[in-house]
Amino acid sequence: MIQYILRRIAVSLLVLWVIVTVTFFLMRIIPGGPFQGEKKLPPEIRKNIEERYKLNDPLLKQYGDYLTNLIHWDLGPSFKYKGQTVNDIIEKGFPISAALGGIAIMISLLVGIPAGIISALRQGRWPDYLAMFFSTIGISVPSFILATLLMYFISYKLHLLPSALWGSPKHVIMPAIALSGLPTAFIARLMRSSMLEVLGQDYIKTARAKGLPKIVIIYRHTIKNAIIPVVTYLGPLTAAILTGSFVVENIFAIPGLGKHFVTSIYNRDYTVIMGVTVFYSILLVTLNLLVDLAYAVIDPRIKLFEAKE
Amino acid sequence: MHFSAEMFRPLPREKKSTQEIVRPSTTYWQDAWRRLKKNPLAMAGLAFIIFLLLLATFGPMISPYSYSDQNLLNTFKGPSTKHWFGTDNLGRDVFTRVLYGARISLSIGIVASLVNFVIGVIYGGVAGYVGGKVDNVMMRIVDILYGIPFLLWVILLMVVIGPGLINIYIVLGVVYWLPMARIVRGQILSLKEQEYVLAAKTIGSSSRRILLRHLIPNTMGPIIVTMTLAIPEAIFTEAFLSFIGLGVSAPMASWGTLASEALSSLKSHPYLLFFPAAAICLTLFAFNFLGDGLRDALDPRMRK
Repeated sequence: MIQYILRRIAVSLLVLWVIVTVTFFLMRIIPGGPFQGEKKLPPEIRKNIEERYKLNDPLLKQYGDYLTNLIHWDLGPSFKYKGQTVNDIIEKGFPISAALGGIAIMISLLVGIPAGIISALRQGRWPDYLAMFFSTIGISVPSFILATLLMYFISYKLHLLPSALWGSPKHVIMPAIALSGLPTAFIARLMRSSMLEVLGQDYIKTARAKGLPKIVIIYRHTIKNAIIPVVTYLGPLTAAILTGSFVVENIFAIPGLGKHFVTSIYNRDYTVIMGVTVFYSILLVTLNLLVDLAYAVIDPRIKLFEAKE
Repeated sequence: MHFSAEMFRPLPREKKSTQEIVRPSTTYWQDAWRRLKKNPLAMAGLAFIIFLLLLATFGPMISPYSYSDQNLLNTFKGPSTKHWFGTDNLGRDVFTRVLYGARISLSIGIVASLVNFVIGVIYGGVAGYVGGKVDNVMMRIVDILYGIPFLLWVILLMVVIGPGLINIYIVLGVVYWLPMARIVRGQILSLKEQEYVLAAKTIGSSSRRILLRHLIPNTMGPIIVTMTLAIPEAIFTEAFLSFIGLGVSAPMASWGTLASEALSSLKSHPYLLFFPAAAICLTLFAFNFLGDGLRDALDPRMRK
């Protein structure tokens, strides 16, 4: 077990190193910039950047310095805004995005899982058709369309909720729904097919044959086993919420990290783009690692020692 | 007891076959088509896609307006018989712009699926067939690229090479073959242990021939399903990129650009959002339904 954990951590670190390296060198090959750009930079920023990146050093030394700074969790200054560092931007924006994303994840699990269970138990009848109809819609409507439609109908037409900004619980509802639409639909489909597979297993027949109450069969024998694929989906789920936040936070003018990231893309604020990408990668790779480990713990069918090969 | 040749006498050959094939044999593809035809949602999706292809190809030729014609005396006009979807802030005909958007979206879908096919199938096929160390290295590369979401790679690459339609093609080409490579590799790994591959090897077929003639045709089902499902993802990605300002450059407009432009005047002119939004959703709908239907039709084992 410990060997497996260490191996997974080593692989995650390797993945992170590759992502950081690719990001670093991609930013260096941008035509005309970003560091030796034709555009006039404010002198303070130019000085900051030159100090930070020691632009006269050989490329490999710059790369080494970047890695060293990264290990000390120092992502460097912004390319556009005086006195701002990438760390500042992440510290300001991430708590907001995390709160919104956390709520969206809760919604997608709390709606998606029961919807999948119900439609599997009522397979081929109207609750199933209804749930699958909505989940296909959910998969086909991009978050930015859902967000703008919600904004138009709920804020502008019905005046029920504020159309933008952040602060009160009322501000959370629409962006959270817009973000959770696609993952909810996906989880519902995943849960449904996983339930149907488990329901067809012999041990369910055995449980029925020995006269267990239906409710016990469903809770103890079916759902407990069927939920495992949903656990593995937690990694991609977070990734979906995260990329969704780029547009949803912009539409609702929420000052989270996703909005800052897109603003930095508009501004071609290369150091921020690079830093936030690295931050997102660390977040996702760590999360995938945790999900893998949790998966190995909750599913006794997985033999950890096979992973050595 | 001793048997001698004289004890045996040949029977006259009768004209009777022991078994008879009554019905004409159906090929895998005929069978799949028959199953697909029974799925009304998938057929509706297919019909919509064909309709959209025709509209995108011939629509702009028939439309009296061009996507970039401005008419500043005729801005923000609601839908009418003259301008079916109304006009935008510069007096451009929204219907024509949505039609051009369809061209962009569909061309991106086609490019994505072609790249998916060529790179993904060759990469996955080689990794799966050669196996061993080569497979290990090739698949670790794929695993590492999988470490962060595709959209993040796409955004990063678009920032580096700049916005524009050709650049979107390139970036989608760089990133979108990954799932296909994984699927093809998995299929090839299990198929290459089959007896007919051994038989082909025994009679001296080359690796290339075995891969191209035996293994890849047998994985066509999953390949086509993956291709169909990659199309909506590519269309979605383009709309997303255009929405955050990394898409096609003005005055060209994709559905994502149209939706994003509509946002600033959403309160007063919501129709500017509705038409491109409906176009995106219906197209994604159609491809997703077709993809689901194809999966059920081509791979009966995967059917739930």
